[in-house]
Amino acid sequence: MELGLDVTERNGYAVLAVHGEVDVYTAPRFRERLIELVSEGKTRIVVDLEGVDFLDSTGLGVLVGGLKRLRSHDGDLSLVCTQSRILKVFEITGLTKVFAIHDSVDAAVAS
Amino acid sequence: MPAQVVELEIPARAEFVALARLLVSAMASSDTSLPDERIDDLKIAVSEACTNAIEAYAGIDTVERVLVRLRAQHDHLEVNVEDRGEGFDPSTLPDHPPVTDPDRLKFERGLGIPLIRALVDEVEFSSSGGGTAVRIVMWHSDGTGNGQVGA
Repeated sequence: MELGLDVTERNGYAVLAVHGEVDVYTAPRFRERLIELVSEGKTRIVVDLEGVDFLDSTGLGVLVGGLKRLRSHDGDLSLVCTQSRILKVFEITGLTKVFAIHDSVDAAVAS
Repeated sequence: MPAQVVELEIPARAEFVALARLLVSAMASSDTSLPDERIDDLKIAVSEACTNAIEAYAGIDTVERVLVRLRAQHDHLEVNVEDRGEGFDPSTLPDHPPVTDPDRLKFERGLGIPLIRALVDEVEFSSSGGGTAVRIVMWHSDGTGNGQVGA
């Protein structure tokens, strides 16, 4: 199972585009990539979930951990997601109130 | 129609959870009347149950396995996920702080069981020192078993 993690720069934000399935197997790579970005001094991060086919609570845990880490560095992490099946897990767990979730990368980097 | 049963025994390793999801997807798509959205919900629930089963073996130096059994009935799909780990009591799981509480960010784990409960029609956890069994049921129609499609 492949997990794609591509980073681009937009408007001073690091945009991490995630592709594939995020579960207990792939989540550690996702977590490591976020930690690397913070270590590189990237404290404004947008995680683009539009290419994600599957995400469970292990993926949510990575995002919560990433947000906590960034806030401790006076940074922030926001999300791009329009897929109802992915948004649903954020809604059920109340995490729509924790993360800023945008419709597009353009909207996320403009905020 | 007699129940159709498929069993999959996977090594208790993270890379095999995707295989369990694939099986759920294939069986739910071919044999039941579950809409795609409900199949997606079931895949998340089974993924969570398998993840918990694998984590139940954490620290145990052994080659253990997780059993995933799917039973397609005329009006529902039942999935059992069983491990032989140390067991746990789901009623003792800590509650997360409200999402508006900054302490909420301290909780990166513990979302799996609430997700299972929210996404499926029925779930039962049976746990003892000899392992844990999770039984998940998805009805074809409205969650009560009444008025199923194609009955």
